[in-house]
Amino acid sequence: MTHKDLPHITEYKTLGIVLLILLLLTFTTIEVTSFHLRAATVLVALLIAGVKGYIVLTYFMHLKHEGLLLRVLVSAVFLLYAVIVIITFFDYMYR
Amino acid sequence: MENHSSHIEEPRDDYAAKLGMWLFIFTELLLFGGLFLVYSIFRYKFPVQFHQAALELNVTIGAINTVVLLVSSMTVAMSLAALQKSNTKLAKILLLITVFCAFLFLVNKYFEWGVKFEEGLYPGSDLMLQLEHGSLLYFSLYFFMTGLHALHIIIGMIILLVAYFKINSGKVNIGKYALLENGALYWHLVDLIWIFLFPLLYLIS
Repeated sequence: MTHKDLPHITEYKTLGIVLLILLLLTFTTIEVTSFHLRAATVLVALLIAGVKGYIVLTYFMHLKHEGLLLRVLVSAVFLLYAVIVIITFFDYMYR
Repeated sequence: MENHSSHIEEPRDDYAAKLGMWLFIFTELLLFGGLFLVYSIFRYKFPVQFHQAALELNVTIGAINTVVLLVSSMTVAMSLAALQKSNTKLAKILLLITVFCAFLFLVNKYFEWGVKFEEGLYPGSDLMLQLEHGSLLYFSLYFFMTGLHALHIIIGMIILLVAYFKINSGKVNIGKYALLENGALYWHLVDLIWIFLFPLLYLIS
């Protein structure tokens, strides 16, 4: 069985734009965390990191052009991790 | 597999190779995910000590390393694109830039850790054992997580160098680039982990 479909080649320009966005988000995180917004700082920093992670997975790791199987698998892993985190925190908060 | 003549292509399945790489990446994500969870729980239990300990880290070095890793992630993705467009020369140059960035990251890490070591702050040192419980946990996690991440950088460098030499000898080429593709995936994983390590360890203080 061969997969003869032509591979999707990401354009240099796309990759360059992705890098610019990632750098911009990095500096935004540094700026935001230098103000003290208390608990909101953590939330904002993690939210931005999440967006950056999504961009890296989608464009650098080509998930945008992968088949359904791989995309479902990746989503399932992150969902599993979220469940683990939530259950663990419930345990610590209400013990 | 019986008739290995030079006219018959070796049986291979690049899609399966990629799927296998992703399965490995999942285990890596859960490995670091577990460490992030440990960090979050202890941060929840010792908020003040984690806050004070995090102030000791050098945000500038962390930020420079973030930029270096993001740039290297782009160059390795471009290298794959260049190979797919059969521009072998550009693919090789971009791979070398990526490896150089990896090296730069390690040099920065060396100086960052070096300062801490000079202050007497390293796992098992007298100073570290005198710290309060929360700070001790913070620095233990800091050294373990950045150390494990640096190990991944070194492994990534080796994989990408192997890919470079295989492009050089023609074993990795426009029709057969699974090694470079999966090596690049590994390198993006290293970048992905740092995206979360940097704000959690350096910024949220």
